[in-house]
Amino acid sequence: MVRIGVPSKGRLMEKTFDWFGARGLRMTKTGSEREYAGVVDGVAGVELVMLSAGEIPRELAAGRIDLGVTGTDLVRDKLADWQRQVSEVAALGFGHADLIIAVPASWIDVDTVDDLDAVAAAFRLRHGFRLRIATKYHRLVRDYLTAQGVADYQLVDSQGATEGTVKNLTAEAIADITSSGETLRANHLKVLSDALILQSQAMLYRSALADAEEVSAVLGRIGY
Amino acid sequence: MTPKAAIRAEAERLFAAFQAAGAVPVDADILLPAETLLDLYGEDIRARAYVTTDPLRGEMMLRPDFTVPVVQAHMSHGAEPARYCYLGEVFRKQDHLNNRASEYLQVGFEVFDREAPEAADAEVFALFRDALAGLPLRAVTGDIGILMAAVRGIETTDRRKAALLRHIWRPQRFRALLDRYSGRAPMPEARAALLDRLATGTPEALIAAAGPLIGLRDAEEIGARAQALLEDAKVAPISALEAAMLYDLLQLQAPAQAALSHLRGISAHLPAIGAAVDRFATRLEALAARGVEVRSLAFEASHGRTAMEYYDGFVFSFVAGEDIVASGGRYDALTAVLGQGRSIPAVGAIVRPHLVAALREAV
Repeated sequence: MVRIGVPSKGRLMEKTFDWFGARGLRMTKTGSEREYAGVVDGVAGVELVMLSAGEIPRELAAGRIDLGVTGTDLVRDKLADWQRQVSEVAALGFGHADLIIAVPASWIDVDTVDDLDAVAAAFRLRHGFRLRIATKYHRLVRDYLTAQGVADYQLVDSQGATEGTVKNLTAEAIADITSSGETLRANHLKVLSDALILQSQAMLYRSALADAEEVSAVLGRIGY
Repeated sequence: MTPKAAIRAEAERLFAAFQAAGAVPVDADILLPAETLLDLYGEDIRARAYVTTDPLRGEMMLRPDFTVPVVQAHMSHGAEPARYCYLGEVFRKQDHLNNRASEYLQVGFEVFDREAPEAADAEVFALFRDALAGLPLRAVTGDIGILMAAVRGIETTDRRKAALLRHIWRPQRFRALLDRYSGRAPMPEARAALLDRLATGTPEALIAAAGPLIGLRDAEEIGARAQALLEDAKVAPISALEAAMLYDLLQLQAPAQAALSHLRGISAHLPAIGAAVDRFATRLEALAARGVEVRSLAFEASHGRTAMEYYDGFVFSFVAGEDIVASGGRYDALTAVLGQGRSIPAVGAIVRPHLVAALREAV
């Protein structure tokens, strides 16, 4: 039995169902609208596991699901050495979003990572603590800033409404996923021009612990 | 895997050697306040150290090294001069699937002494050489002090020097700054556009037009940096000769004695490094007096710029392939940071007994 983990609600779930459906593997929710259960037909030996997209990387790494659909941002942020734990099977062509760094639009002197670094130094001198960047993508943002040689900053955890942290004085800048940039603008933030940390999209992943033959047979049926 | 008992025995042997060299054994807590270490090393340390939360004491870190607690203890109640040694576990998170240990013993030796720093440098290096004698190790040395003296000595504004000094330990950003300050890299477009706008409007007007002020950073801070950018735009690039000397210095790799001749050549064009080069020469004499073959001792001017953030003078490592078996150096500035107004020249190093024991097994 091959276990496929898919996002349990919203547009991500619908589009995932559409993607598999177009390839002959029909997924449907069962029970009430609110129940997280689903069935598969069209391909034998497949079990559907409805999960939060954020938990799919961990479940793949642990081998509790063999295949899973989630964002590249979540896999690369949540899994250390992700290439050793999962492999990318197919980009699904939706769920596009960019992980960026944004600062107040009123910071006329800041446009690049280099500017942010210089401001962090001055900010620390003036305020006595390291410039705060709110994010939920700790690994991706820290690795990026380390590679860029940025100093005198700290990451503060923000699991939601991250765009509001600057106005609420809990951060000076943010690192978050955006697709249109509308929420950023509405919160008086602007994107650094050279700090595209990751271009994320929905991806079908295969666990490194999955049974190779079984999974390959299922993937073969949907054309991969 | 080397048996734990063999590693422990090796650690005890090294610890005894350091005590025989006159060091007083000291201990340190395993659970340390995270904030001091984060402020010192920056956010990067989170990727390498275990951070946990104490309900009353806030964020705590499993000891990633001994230097910080040993320096703190010395600065608050140590007599001078002092030689300390220690033996205990350190903890390093491994973010890649490999065989590197995330918990291992470290044995260290630290000297706090105001007299003859070069002699203390040589003392520590020779002590580690002797403790590791007979093992297939390569010694590499460097001197962050020469790089810092070179930056301080170039003909440019204090602001630019401060920016370069701040990134001595981050080679990529240092290089980007140097490229820009020496005119090798063009000014970013957005910067040029901002300078154009500032030429006709005040920062206050531009800030007001850009959107409502949100966050802790106020209009005065933004305006001050805008002003600084205007001033910086008028600064002449670092001269081609000085820039060439700096690039040359960053890449210098040679046996120590030959490196000295080369550095003398550079100091003819960059006189500010003269004193640092003299100290380098004094150190080589002190090393030679302790039987170190300085004609073949490897010297790399950029050694220690990435792995060992707080070092600001002599640095050295003993390596076996990819493994750094022992490493250390001078960290005068760190004692000032942790000393609450006081400071003292300091040099020290650590050795990793599990790597020593593994090498002995293989020999």
